[in-house]
Amino acid sequence: MPRALSITTHNASLGEAPLTPEWHSRTVASETAAHKMSFTAVPTASNSYQLNDSNEVQPLHSLPPPFTTTSSPGQTSSTKLIRQGAEALLYYTHFLSPSLPCALKYRPPKSYRHPILDKRLTRARILAEARVLVRCKREGVSVPAVLGAGWEEGWIAIEWVNGSTVRDAIFGRKTWRQENQASYEGGEKDLVGLMHKIGCAVGKLHQVGVIHGDLTTSNLMLRPTVSGAEGGEEPSATSAATPFDGTITLIDFGLAAQSSQEEDRAVDLYVLERAFGSTHPEVEHLFPEVLKAYGESYKGAKVVLRKLEDVRMRGRKKSMIG
Amino acid sequence: METILLPHLGQYPLQVGLFLDVQNARYLRQQLLDGNTEFEYAFLDAAVLLSREHVLAACFRAINDILQGRMKSKNVHSEIVFSLSPNNNISECFRRFGVGETTKNIVAIKVDNNASQIQEHLQNHVQGQIVPFTDETLASLRDEARVRKAYKVDSSSNEEAEAFIIGSMALKGS
Ligand SMILES: Nc1ncnc2c1ncn2[C@@H]1O[C@H](COP(=O)(O)OP(=O)(O)OP(=O)(O)O)[C@@H](O)[C@H]1O
Ligand SMILES: [Mg+2]
Repeated sequence: MPRALSITTHNASLGEAPLTPEWHSRTVASETAAHKMSFTAVPTASNSYQLNDSNEVQPLHSLPPPFTTTSSPGQTSSTKLIRQGAEALLYYTHFLSPSLPCALKYRPPKSYRHPILDKRLTRARILAEARVLVRCKREGVSVPAVLGAGWEEGWIAIEWVNGSTVRDAIFGRKTWRQENQASYEGGEKDLVGLMHKIGCAVGKLHQVGVIHGDLTTSNLMLRPTVSGAEGGEEPSATSAATPFDGTITLIDFGLAAQSSQEEDRAVDLYVLERAFGSTHPEVEHLFPEVLKAYGESYKGAKVVLRKLEDVRMRGRKKSMIG
Repeated sequence: METILLPHLGQYPLQVGLFLDVQNARYLRQQLLDGNTEFEYAFLDAAVLLSREHVLAACFRAINDILQGRMKSKNVHSEIVFSLSPNNNISECFRRFGVGETTKNIVAIKVDNNASQIQEHLQNHVQGQIVPFTDETLASLRDEARVRKAYKVDSSSNEEAEAFIIGSMALKGS
């Protein structure tokens, strides 16, 4: 039992919070199942398993403390599981204020790892991600803010970015164009603009000495620019001129590292290039626009672009052998 | 006075009051130094506070650390002051963020659910004008130079700097 607060409250029993949530990564639900579930964390302490359609046993996820204390008198927001990755669970919740939405990333204990090693790994990963985000904030790179962290318990609370991922924006482009015919100017200008923004954002990140490690279009978000604030364009009736308005904000720094090596930077770009190739083959021909903007974004970027050619060659050779 | 419930820590209501032009900061400080148990408050110097979010981030960290058995100071109220600090130097932290002899504007926080009793006690003992605890008022009371020094930042008035500061507080001791 941790030291109690020397304060008067309606007796909140701390003992109820399960410190080691039951979690077996071997039985995680498939991604699609996780998406279908609209999971609200209500503790059902006595029954930590439920049966699904196929009679398979599925774990109910326990949030780490203090997030396990649901249904308390002061509860002001619900917590929803929105994504279940191999390493981390991503919840939507609120932090500090009921009007401040946040992404709660939780790395649950892995039962197949030795508990001490597992704790150490989780802690290192949580801290690596959080430190890179805070560092990016200091350097003015557009990333979500770190609002809180519990590295011993395995969580990090990150500001929720409103807006869509670049992936979804590209997929939604066709629909957007149909719905906004009036303001549509034609051609691929909107996509070129998007590519430039991406190139600049990645350039800025590299410039401050950070490698993302997992640059995909799901890890790039378009944060709507707050109109009326300093220096923004005047919003008009048809202000949404393209489906790609907003500031590119980088998320998911779970694999990020601090490095200023040309090689690491080039590999980062290569990963992004491959992601475009596989996820958005129809816009892959515009990827050079990303590189063009990147090349101009900081001193030293040109060298990285030359290095990228080597990295591509190696990639090709590898895929020929493998 | 305002009662604030932090999401996920709603069992620990915060009673928060912002007092302007406080005339007896020296007396309040003395009560804390004497360990007067009637004065179990976090008294913060409003000059170094950025926003509600900034203050609440310190409250969250303090309460959560105590729940997890990681208290670094004497009680939850000193822990709130300590949580504002970007480093582990407790005495420096109290000098920078706590009530000093010349502090003018004070944010008083008590983790407790007895709102009316606390309000009465504070109004009887803090000689100052109580006003709503808003971001606008906090911004008007801020001493930029002191914030920059406390957090070693170039600027303290933009959102990016605030996010960096809150992030640094969250990662302190890691
Ligand atoms: N701060 C945030 N604000 C808004 N949405 C977010 C945020 N963080 C994550 N998301 C959403 O959740 C998805 C997954 O988050 P994230 O990439 O951090 O987790 P992950 O476990 O690494 O997932 P993946 O393996 O798919 O990359 C993102 O693609 C995005 O749609
Ligand atoms: Mg991701």
